[in-house]
Amino acid sequence: MHELALCQALIAQVEAVARRHRADGVASVRLLVGPLSGIEPALLQSAFPLAVAGTAVEGAVLSIERSVVHVTCERCGAQSEALPNRLLCAACGDWHTRVVSGDELTLAGVELILAQDSATGAATCV
Amino acid sequence: MCNACGCNTAPSERSLAYRPLAGETREVSVLKGLLDRNDAVAAHNRAHFDAHGVLALDLMSAPGAGKTALLEATIDALRGEVRMAVIEGDLETENDARRIRAKGVPAVQITTGGACHLDAQMVHEALHALSLDGVDILFIENVGNLVCPAGFDLGQHRDVALLSVTEGDDKPAKYPVLFKGADLVVLSKADLLPHVGDFEPSRAERCVRELANPAPLLTLSARSGAGMQAWLDWLRNELGAQRARSASVRPNLQTAGGSALAALPSGAGRGSAFGTTAEPPSPLVGEGWGEG
Repeated sequence: MHELALCQALIAQVEAVARRHRADGVASVRLLVGPLSGIEPALLQSAFPLAVAGTAVEGAVLSIERSVVHVTCERCGAQSEALPNRLLCAACGDWHTRVVSGDELTLAGVELILAQDSATGAATCV
Repeated sequence: MCNACGCNTAPSERSLAYRPLAGETREVSVLKGLLDRNDAVAAHNRAHFDAHGVLALDLMSAPGAGKTALLEATIDALRGEVRMAVIEGDLETENDARRIRAKGVPAVQITTGGACHLDAQMVHEALHALSLDGVDILFIENVGNLVCPAGFDLGQHRDVALLSVTEGDDKPAKYPVLFKGADLVVLSKADLLPHVGDFEPSRAERCVRELANPAPLLTLSARSGAGMQAWLDWLRNELGAQRARSASVRPNLQTAGGSALAALPSGAGRGSAFGTTAEPPSPLVGEGWGEG
């Protein structure tokens, strides 16, 4: 598998975010990984410390949220959970379905360590 | 519409929405595919193919399923009708590219060293060594592997998955990510069907349908020629479709993060669905093609 290469792509993205925010470091990195992404979270987790050594991301905690496969049936419209190799509609059994979650390989967010004066307040709804 | 607290995110991402943090750290929402950089290079490759009117196909299978043999037979059958070029991916050796060149077709070999798949950047670099002028179909023969190639868009228009009959008809169920999105499934080495005995093409088809994939399945033998006509017709049809369309298409295989990101409100864009800070799309560091 190519988890180490993926880690390198991840680090490049996180470093770019950190640079833009003039962060002193990165506290944590959050990923969303689905079973249909073809990526094994445990392998990614073990590759991460090796890949971040010597980068601006060194020391960051990697948290991986695993998503579940959901499909929407194009015949009956039902949405249901499915297995990665059996994407059938749980309601009517038809195979004409569309994957609506479970294929994610997404950098969801990063927690940056900032100098005190540049840290800002909480999010607001607009 | 709230773009800050996460109430408009896809169900699978709701738990990842912004959580206020105290003190000296700040949470920055990114929501970008991990392979955005690869996808940007792939889009660049695809634009290059489109500009030359080339149909690009990614051939994927386990090692030894007969990708190169299928290409050799295809070259012989379409000689004088369709102009072809090939990018070969292997861990080591120029063997496959030599086989293609022996047929009089230009071929560039990518040796990946240890890497288990081709990525868009490797194909981009190979394209610097391959003129597409006068080419109708570019075949990209991926590294023999049923896992990793599925994750990387190369810029191709269609994905072809080969499954040789000696491998077992339940392989699509074992390697769902690759077979889920293939645009065509070729059951190869069909001349061995009588000797294998327990490979049922209909069972292979059922496994593909259970992955919600409507792709056609073709049973053929590059060695005997049986079933080749349907494959050649599929190629002709795809080539005609590529020439006729004005907007580029991409295969449905490489969708890492696709469903959730696509589910975001279009106005929000990929980076601004929730969180305090939206990240702009990563720019592609462009470079010229440097042909000639």
